[in-house]
This record gives sequence, structure tokens and C-alpha cells, in this order.
Amino acid sequence: MPSAYIPIAMFIAVATGFAVFTLLFTSLIHPSKYNKVKLEPYECGIEATSDARDRYSVRYYLVAMLFVIFDVETVFMFPWAVIFDELLLFGLIEMLVFIFILVVGYYYAWQKGALEWV
Amino acid sequence: MVDTFVIPLLKIVIVLNATLVGVTYMVLLERKVIAWAQSRLGPMRVGPYGILQPVADAVKLMIKEDITPVRADKWLFTAAPIISMVPALIVYAVIPFGSEVSLFGRQVTLYITDINVGLLYVVSVASVGVYGIILAGYASNSKYPLLASLRASAQLISYEVAVTLTLVSVVVMAGSLSMVQIVNAQYNSHVWFVFAQPVAFVLVLIGGLAETNRAPFDLPEAEQELTGGFHTEYSGMRFALFFLAEYANMIVVSSVVTTLFLGGWLPPFPNVAAFGFLYYVPSWAWFLLKSFVFLYLFIWIRATLPRYRYDQLMNLGWKVLIPIAIANLVVTGIVRVLLL
Repeated sequence: MPSAYIPIAMFIAVATGFAVFTLLFTSLIHPSKYNKVKLEPYECGIEATSDARDRYSVRYYLVAMLFVIFDVETVFMFPWAVIFDELLLFGLIEMLVFIFILVVGYYYAWQKGALEWV
Repeated sequence: MVDTFVIPLLKIVIVLNATLVGVTYMVLLERKVIAWAQSRLGPMRVGPYGILQPVADAVKLMIKEDITPVRADKWLFTAAPIISMVPALIVYAVIPFGSEVSLFGRQVTLYITDINVGLLYVVSVASVGVYGIILAGYASNSKYPLLASLRASAQLISYEVAVTLTLVSVVVMAGSLSMVQIVNAQYNSHVWFVFAQPVAFVLVLIGGLAETNRAPFDLPEAEQELTGGFHTEYSGMRFALFFLAEYANMIVVSSVVTTLFLGGWLPPFPNVAAFGFLYYVPSWAWFLLKSFVFLYLFIWIRATLPRYRYDQLMNLGWKVLIPIAIANLVVTGIVRVLLL
């Protein structure tokens, strides 16, 4: 029933409209007396010497990759969960196999130290 | 025409306004409760007992100077708060605040829409908010916001895996992803899912705290090491939108936990004849009462618990919550097969 999604589209439009409107409205009433120092990025009183977008820890990439793997596997489980009562034992065994594979991957990642945060 | 467009639009406007007022008073309540926990009075100056403080705060934020740092990416810097706030609001589209009421001779459902993938919608829309945070850090082009946004996104996606895995076992119990059907399933089984799925309840509660960056998981805003967190460079209305999104997310988490585990709009002992008198209290009142308990719990936890260390936080998410969630899912499946 696609008509159930119409209110969601309306809500997105209203919420975005609200955010844009308040930003535009307040930009008319707030003061704007800028100077060079005020527009500098915050840096504990010292002038920033370089671009802030520097290299950062590889751990963050690792977490992002693990997230993609596990979240996609979780999405596979939702349809199974919805019709669980119809599949019963067949569905359970199928899913236990799937979860077993998931746990093997999880165990591998753990043993490789991918879950350690040093 | 009226049913497809006018009534949903009215509901959207009401929910939007209720959320905005709710958020501002949530901030006041938080300041008051934390003040009481620390033997202070909290805001007392604006209005009697400070009840007009949210109005003063809102006016102040609106007339504040709004600064875009020179090194920042101007468009993304403005887009980030919008991307952060819109998902926080549109989640309310599928949350059932009550069953039905009769208004002006018309049966009105107390939810904006009931889609058959409701829970999946909540999970996916809520995770769009991460983009707002990471864009805020990137667009600021300042060291503290960038670090904080990296931390925040790593934290959010880590706990999202655990929470989503846990929600699967609730779906097994309910046999549906529709939020209304999940409440009806609790009506039919005579029991709130918190008693059928206590482990899942605790996991979702912990995950919810982490997903909303609340204490004890408020590392992205750890003032002592990151100054203001990912919105350090923000001021004025753009800062207000981030603030709004954060508190709107808290209300979302409370509402979702209420719907999934505490029977949503149902009274205690649903569908039990001896407790039929509890149905005299309107359905939306039960829902608001239960959500409020969770909102209070959020504040209470913040006033009580110290902050986690980042490695402890990641360990808890990946090494404790996920194994428990998987075990809970397997046990739920096996018990369900044995019972049916």
C-alpha cells in the first residue's frame, strides 16, 4: 500500500521546510559583525597552522567495515523473523546455519584483533 | 482527499510542535533534575521556578550571531544540522502514540502512518543522523569537531549493529515489522514484551543510551578532551538544530522502547478481564506516561554514572552486546519453536 508512504513524504517536506525556514528567518534577525579573529577555527587560543583534515587512526575504517558486514547480515534476518511462525523448524535450522557462519566470521575478526581498541 | 492529505498534515504539524515544545521542556527538566541531584535549585530566574527558561533559551539562540569559520565548507556546514535534524523528526511518522480516538464524529488513528516495515524504517532513518554528525565534523575543518565526529560515528555504528540484532528477536515474537502490529501482538499475548524479552530490553536500553550520545556514553561530547564535541564551531540557530536533533532522538528512543517492550499504548496486564478497568485511562496517556519514565531514566543515569573510556565503550559494544544479542536471538528462536 504505497499510500501509507505519502504521510512520510509529507513529513520529510515539512521537517526540511521547518529547518530551512528557521535558518533563513534567524539569518535576518541575528547580528553579523564579523572580523578575522572571530572567524578562525577554535584552537585553544593558538592560530591553526594547517588543515584540520589530517590522517587519523585506521581503527575507524576497521569499525566502519565491520559495521557494513554485520549490519547487512542483520538486515537479512528481518524477513526471516517476520515469517518465523510459518517456517518454524525449517526456518530455525536455516537461520542457525546462517548465524553459525556469522559467528565464525565474528570469531575470526576477534582473533585477528579487529575488535581491539588500543 | 481529506484522509490522504489533510488529516496526516494536521497530525504532522501537531507532532512537530509537540516535539519542539517537548524538547525545550526536556532540557529544562534535565537541568532541574541534575540540579536537584547535586543539591542545587537549577534555573529559577525566568518565570516562577524557571518554567519560562526554555522560551528565553529559544529566543537567545535565534538572535545569536551565526558564525561560519573561514576554513569551513560553507554549504556542508549549513547542510549538516539539517541532515541531523530531519531524520530525528521523521521517525515519529511511524510511532503509534495511541490506538484510536473519536474526534468531531470521525475515527482518528493516533499515529501518522502505519507502514508494514515500520521498525526497519525507524532503524534506517535513525542511522541517517550519523551523516549529519560526520558532515558537521568534516565541514568545520577544525580539529576538535573532526575528532569528535569520528568518535561519534564509530560509536553510533558500533551500537547500531547490537541494537538491530536485538530487535530481530522482538520481530520474531511479534511476527511483524509494523509498529501497530507489534503492539497488537503484545495485546494478543497478554503480556508486555519486556517480560518475554528481558535481555533484549536491557540491550536496547543500553544501545539507546549510546545511540543518543547520552551519559555514560557521551564521549563525542566529552568536554574535558574535545571542548564542545562535533558542534564546537557551531553557534546560533545551526547549533540549536543539532541540540533539537539530540533531544528529539532521546524522545524517539523512549517512544520506540515503549512501543516494543512496554506495550505502547496498552495498560499493564493487557487483554486480561480482571484488569479491564485500566482501559478507562486513554491510550495516549499510557503511552506518554511510559515514555516519560524512560526520559526521566535518561536524566537519572546521566546524574548518576561517570563516563566510559573509549576502549571500554567499543569493547562493550563489540565484545559484550553483540554476543549477547546473537545468543538471545538463537534462544528466542528455539523457545518459540518449542512452544508452538
